[in-house]
Amino acid sequence: MKRSYGPLLLLICLAVFPLIVRDQYYQHLMILVLMWAAIGAGWNLISGYTGQVLFGAACFFGVGAYTAALLLHKLEISAWWGLPLGAVVSVALAFPFGWICFRLRGPYFALATLALNEILRHIATIWESLTEGMVGILVMQTFVSKAPYYYIALVLAIASVVIVDKVMKSRFGYYFVSIREDQDAAESMGINTTFYKMVSLCLSAVLIGLAGALYTNYMGFIDPHVVFSLHNISIMAILVGIVGGVGTVYGPAVGAFIMVVIDELFRSGGFGLLAALGKTMQWPFMESVTKYVSQAHTLVFGILVIVVILYLPNGVVGDWELVKKKIFFWKRQTV
Amino acid sequence: MDVFLQTLVAGILKGGLYGLIGIGMTLIMGVMGIINLSHGQMMMVAMYVTYVFFHYMGLDPYVTLLISMPSLFLLGMLIQKYLLNPLIRVESILPENQVLMTVGIGMVLTEVARFIFTSNYLSVRTTYSTAAWYIGGISFSQALCIAFGLACTLTLALFLFLIKTDLGRSIRAVSQDAEAAELLGVNSDRIKVITMGIGAALVAAAGTLLLPIYYLFPDIGGPFTRKAFVITILGGLGSTVGAIFGGVTLGLAEAFGATYIGMDFEDMIGLIIFLLVLVFLPGGIKTLTKV
Repeated sequence: MKRSYGPLLLLICLAVFPLIVRDQYYQHLMILVLMWAAIGAGWNLISGYTGQVLFGAACFFGVGAYTAALLLHKLEISAWWGLPLGAVVSVALAFPFGWICFRLRGPYFALATLALNEILRHIATIWESLTEGMVGILVMQTFVSKAPYYYIALVLAIASVVIVDKVMKSRFGYYFVSIREDQDAAESMGINTTFYKMVSLCLSAVLIGLAGALYTNYMGFIDPHVVFSLHNISIMAILVGIVGGVGTVYGPAVGAFIMVVIDELFRSGGFGLLAALGKTMQWPFMESVTKYVSQAHTLVFGILVIVVILYLPNGVVGDWELVKKKIFFWKRQTV
Repeated sequence: MDVFLQTLVAGILKGGLYGLIGIGMTLIMGVMGIINLSHGQMMMVAMYVTYVFFHYMGLDPYVTLLISMPSLFLLGMLIQKYLLNPLIRVESILPENQVLMTVGIGMVLTEVARFIFTSNYLSVRTTYSTAAWYIGGISFSQALCIAFGLACTLTLALFLFLIKTDLGRSIRAVSQDAEAAELLGVNSDRIKVITMGIGAALVAAAGTLLLPIYYLFPDIGGPFTRKAFVITILGGLGSTVGAIFGGVTLGLAEAFGATYIGMDFEDMIGLIIFLLVLVFLPGGIKTLTKV
């Protein structure tokens, strides 16, 4: 059997990344990529493999984040305990929710998760005695350097990819896919669909909750509109999934990389290139162009959703053959 | 007692408008089988259209109905024709990619509005915006009453259209069974395009009617999308009669929640009702009325 060294090579590259790239900014971006890879893997498990689209990934993310923050804020326990506890609390949320809402199918389940997301955001905003409301919670960061966070995020990302891979190669994986393909057929074959959907949802909740707790520890500040955000978390999670490839093991990781880069590209005006260009070329209008570009990052997200769904419905990894063909085709034409 | 009655009146009047929003969504739901998550954003576009005509040409918002409804009808048709219909033929693992597409469309609409009009709050102030009629101790906001009346008229017109005309029958046929309708010679792609247009036009009417008593900013679409799907689920999917009941129920629930629990909870109540309906009455009001 041919052994593939690709993953091993990638792993080594990722492991030495913070030793080579000393710039804090790029380290920060890589941490975000790894965090999103974990969230994307969680989203992909329930939505891509099991076919129950999770519109409100932010509910698990936020719950994980708030668990970590509240541990420190209320109980004076290190926020790092929030990682295991955040996962537990996420599951504690996912379980009753799944119990109630798995009787819904397709878009209705998706809407129910969206509603849960909104409800939790309102609760976090209104219940000021517990969550400090819109003021948010400040958590002191443990490490000054980014490297420890990087390695923790790396472990989380790798663990989530490995878990998804292992689960999908086990019996559970086949059950999940059969539910996605045809729930009635799966049920008539004797698969307890509610149970397996629940397993899938809880696993997703664990991964997303862990990422949320890590976010609190890393960023050091959370408020309801950041961690329960519909656009910045829930939609981003969907985008990470569909850009990378729905129902593929490495898809979410690739999607995370692409999305974080695109997000940052627009937020920072092409990594500051546009502003630099304007300065060297003496173009005064570049300033306003830069301003518009940095404003446009949500617009780009929206356009990206439309374009990806229309032309790359299975993502970069899922439609890799198509992507390759398109690129080769393009090359031949230019020659 | 006065507070109670006042809340009741406010809830019903608001509910009429919500019904108009819900009917558009439920029509789309029935025919296309998808939830249109850019519904509120379409309403936001209609509100901006109204604002522009009011601000620069001094047109009365109710006159602008004649402009905002056709323009949104066109927008809805274009969206369905060029963005949603092609998706039916796209092979994808994810079955909900049409719903995801509407999310993307909603984001684009919001951001384009933000580009043009910035994030500032805008409002249309007319003479009747703050005026009210009084019956006993209870005030009836003039703008809301007119809006309620117009909403009822539009709903009635829609019903006549759906029941009496050929096109309306085709729409109902596609919504009941698209394949059977196609076998009988109905062009279901065309019907979908028209239905999306009608849905968008209805929500445009709701937006225009709401503007004199509301304010306007690009992110206003999101909350109304949520309200629309709460109404749709509450009324029963694809049921136009249910949508009216759903709208009034949501209007009442919000009004009573705001009065007796607290203003903070106004937005949450709809969502809680939504989850409760899903748990206890999954088919919505439709299962009770059988319409």
